[in-house]
Amino acid sequence: MATYTREQVGNMVEGKLPSEAVHRMLSMPKDPERFEIYLDVLQEKVPWKDKIILPLGPHLYIAQSLSDKKWVTKCSCGHVFGDYRENWKLNALLYVRDTEEAMSEVYPKLMAPDTKWQVYREYCCPTCGIMQDIEAPTPWYPVIHDFEPDIDAYYKEWVHLPLPERAD
Amino acid sequence: MTNEIAKVKVVSVPESALKLFLGSMTDNGEKSEYKSLLSSGQTLKEHRDGVLLRTKETGKYNGIATLDLKENDPIRYEKLFSKLRGGLVHSRETAKKIAASPIVEQEGELCFTLYNAAGDCVLTSTGIIIHVGTMGAAIKYMIENNWEDNPGINPGDMFTNNDCSIGNVHPCDIATIVPIFWKEELVGWVGGVTHVIDTGSVSPGSMSTGQATRFGDGYQVTCRKTGINDVPLRDWLHESQRSTRTPKYWILDERTRIAGCHMIRALVEEVIEAESLEAYQKFAYECIEDGRRGLLNRIKAMTIPGVYRKVAFTDVPYAHPDVVTSSPFAKLDTIMHAPAEITIRPEGTWKLDFEGASRWGWHSYNANQVAFTSGIWVMLTQTLVPTERINDGAYYATEFRLPKGTWMNPDDRRTGHAYAWHFLVAGWSALWRGMSQAYFSRGYLEEVNAGNGNTSNWLQGGGINQDGDVHAVNSFEPAATGTGACAIKDGLNHAAAIWNPEGDMGDIEIWEMAEPLLYMGRNVKTNSGGYGKYRGGCGFETLRMVWKASDWTMFFMGNGYMNSDWGFMGGYPSATGYRFEAHGTDLKERIAQGLALPLGADRVPADCDYESKISETATVKRDQQAMTTESLFENYDLYLNYVRGGPGFGDALDREAISVEKDLNTRAVLPEFAEKVYGAVISLDAKGLWHVDAEKTNTRRAEMRKERIARSKPTREWMKGEREKILKKDASVQVRHMFATSFGLSDKFRDDFKTFWDLPAEWELPESELGVPTHGMKSRMDLSQLPDVTTVVLVEE
Repeated sequence: MATYTREQVGNMVEGKLPSEAVHRMLSMPKDPERFEIYLDVLQEKVPWKDKIILPLGPHLYIAQSLSDKKWVTKCSCGHVFGDYRENWKLNALLYVRDTEEAMSEVYPKLMAPDTKWQVYREYCCPTCGIMQDIEAPTPWYPVIHDFEPDIDAYYKEWVHLPLPERAD
Repeated sequence: MTNEIAKVKVVSVPESALKLFLGSMTDNGEKSEYKSLLSSGQTLKEHRDGVLLRTKETGKYNGIATLDLKENDPIRYEKLFSKLRGGLVHSRETAKKIAASPIVEQEGELCFTLYNAAGDCVLTSTGIIIHVGTMGAAIKYMIENNWEDNPGINPGDMFTNNDCSIGNVHPCDIATIVPIFWKEELVGWVGGVTHVIDTGSVSPGSMSTGQATRFGDGYQVTCRKTGINDVPLRDWLHESQRSTRTPKYWILDERTRIAGCHMIRALVEEVIEAESLEAYQKFAYECIEDGRRGLLNRIKAMTIPGVYRKVAFTDVPYAHPDVVTSSPFAKLDTIMHAPAEITIRPEGTWKLDFEGASRWGWHSYNANQVAFTSGIWVMLTQTLVPTERINDGAYYATEFRLPKGTWMNPDDRRTGHAYAWHFLVAGWSALWRGMSQAYFSRGYLEEVNAGNGNTSNWLQGGGINQDGDVHAVNSFEPAATGTGACAIKDGLNHAAAIWNPEGDMGDIEIWEMAEPLLYMGRNVKTNSGGYGKYRGGCGFETLRMVWKASDWTMFFMGNGYMNSDWGFMGGYPSATGYRFEAHGTDLKERIAQGLALPLGADRVPADCDYESKISETATVKRDQQAMTTESLFENYDLYLNYVRGGPGFGDALDREAISVEKDLNTRAVLPEFAEKVYGAVISLDAKGLWHVDAEKTNTRRAEMRKERIARSKPTREWMKGEREKILKKDASVQVRHMFATSFGLSDKFRDDFKTFWDLPAEWELPESELGVPTHGMKSRMDLSQLPDVTTVVLVEE
């Protein structure tokens, strides 16, 4: 089974891994220690000290607050979206492209959805403006709670790591 | 909730008629002169029932607790595996050379699969492996409906199936199924499938639109015995060839399937001779349990336990005048809804639940439950289980829940399926995002895929071709759709299709031989890939001119008003489709006079560049109605075949300036959108090369992030306004129709919707208030209600 150095995982996160290494990663059995190295690499990237528990996106994390040990969903800039169990999108800023004019800002004419059928919902961070997610549903569609990870089982039973303290 | 459906009353069948129907049954119902096909003395159904019971009781396939052969004699196990698997792939590669159809010979739209006696897949070849399940469903249908007794199953028999109501994806996938015997004992089955060019449906081409039901989908046969003693029956040859517009391709496809099946049957006989029947039989069941364990191991090795929720849609724009439906009740706009909830449990098992999906409809985009679930394996072999060890073990490791009555599990025997891919391709895009969330969170970024592009447009049509023959065409160029972006790299341009990862766009010269359509251009489709830190792969576009055809028609099949994929983690979806067709051009004269012609790409659709090179009197259709039925085409008319791109990953403002520069110079993005979406500050040099100023771009991007904040509002505030719209029922009829059909099938989805929007208890959205035809809302009749039919149910309904 292949294993990867911290430098290689760091290059992977930055999209700088040579294509041969990417191919090897794709074709070989997965390296179980990757998650721990990955967390370490990401922790060094963020400008805050709260402990990353689970990455959710390139700029989105579940993290343990250093001060009160509460688990929160957090932007890479440090903005906190709330308790990790909540749908973070409900605490984000939202811009909805629901007119032809708004769609024409992002696609050539005839290559964008008709907003009577489909809209784009762009969720960004209220502090730094990073685009965290873009939903493309019909009008009326509820805001989707994408992912509710079972972190306890994952840490204890799957990757066998100590579960960080959590103040509920 | 139990959906109240007024089932159509089934007329009772007289006993005498049933007796005729059941053939060799005696008056007291006992079998006459029964000779088992199995050494156990069981019927095939008893055998299958035993396999299912042991699997249910132990949680392990056929109750296999230990992999004896694999653990005690691993070299022999691997030898058996390699020989059989290698033989399946070899047979596919050899047999496809028999075919003349470019769909099979160029695109590789065929597959061979080996089954055990219970009809469970042991091993499969490469190719369109969705048919692991569909052919297995056909074998199971024969077992459950006592084909053993009537029409009988004997050495040298051949059975043909393309019936969508028992598992097939669409009628153009024709399966030949051959039983494998060893000294009078049935030891398994081999199935071969090809995607044929035409099945004699209401319009030419393998996948048709406009028909409301199965009865317009084309020629369908249900596990029919079509050969004995290894020879196709003459009535079958005569009937089938006159039931299609393309008999020459049809018969060569049939020979392809038969040759492959017989090669594999010979291989199995050879293996049994060399290794013993006992060893082969042990392998044929143990391999499936091995496959089941393999999937569970992969889930635990690559994902994270939890609940993942994603959703996908696609458009059914049938109110437009260019969609001529066979029945007036089909004439409405609606939307396909595919919500997916993936639950991965701590023990590594998983469930895929599609509660809330919209109802089947009066179009040809419905899918049988097996087509839906089996197709998911095609997708998973490209991500979770990228291994040659794919078999029905993966099916036994997965719980599927497809509520009865949804488009992916219809409860009416009339449903049309000819272009099931319109919904399937869209429906599965949600699963990519669910799986990719797991990979991303776990750090396996190399596995992340923002989703699959919509594999369209399908150029289809027919008439009299350049050789003077009745002909039909189905360009398989969408086998090279743009792929979704990864978390560490861009998607691939015009590269692959979700349903056939080995497909390609095919050679122009071959398509021009197969179709009376000259190429006026074949180019990357600029701006078709979704934007992001890593962009989706671009699709491509080909401009075709009708040439030496007569009485010719063509139509468009793809998404236009909606995307079927989403972007991922801040990336944008790919561009939607549109159509361009031109009739009554002056190209004949322009060619004679050496004038400028419409050639190459339709780079900026709104610029109407093609129109500037044809006569002003030409009739041009340039719009988002990317789904049509047949329209008339004369020689020198034009048709644009635009194949879609894939979705993007991550915030577009995180894309490296040098990558945007490359996009501009390779025509992957238009300058306008490099500026508007990527915030790139660009310039064009004297040599015509684009440059991006990285420093100025950074400054511009900082401004754009502030602009985002300024134009947005808190989500909860936006929700108040959206709630008001819902209370007023302010949405297009297609949106309301989609919700109404989902609500009609699922109290849970309706209640969750009302809870989310905090709607009053009395708020309802009955389909009957929409002012559109409601055929199918109340009265439905399932296939299981036909006399003497036992349907095969392979999912929780």
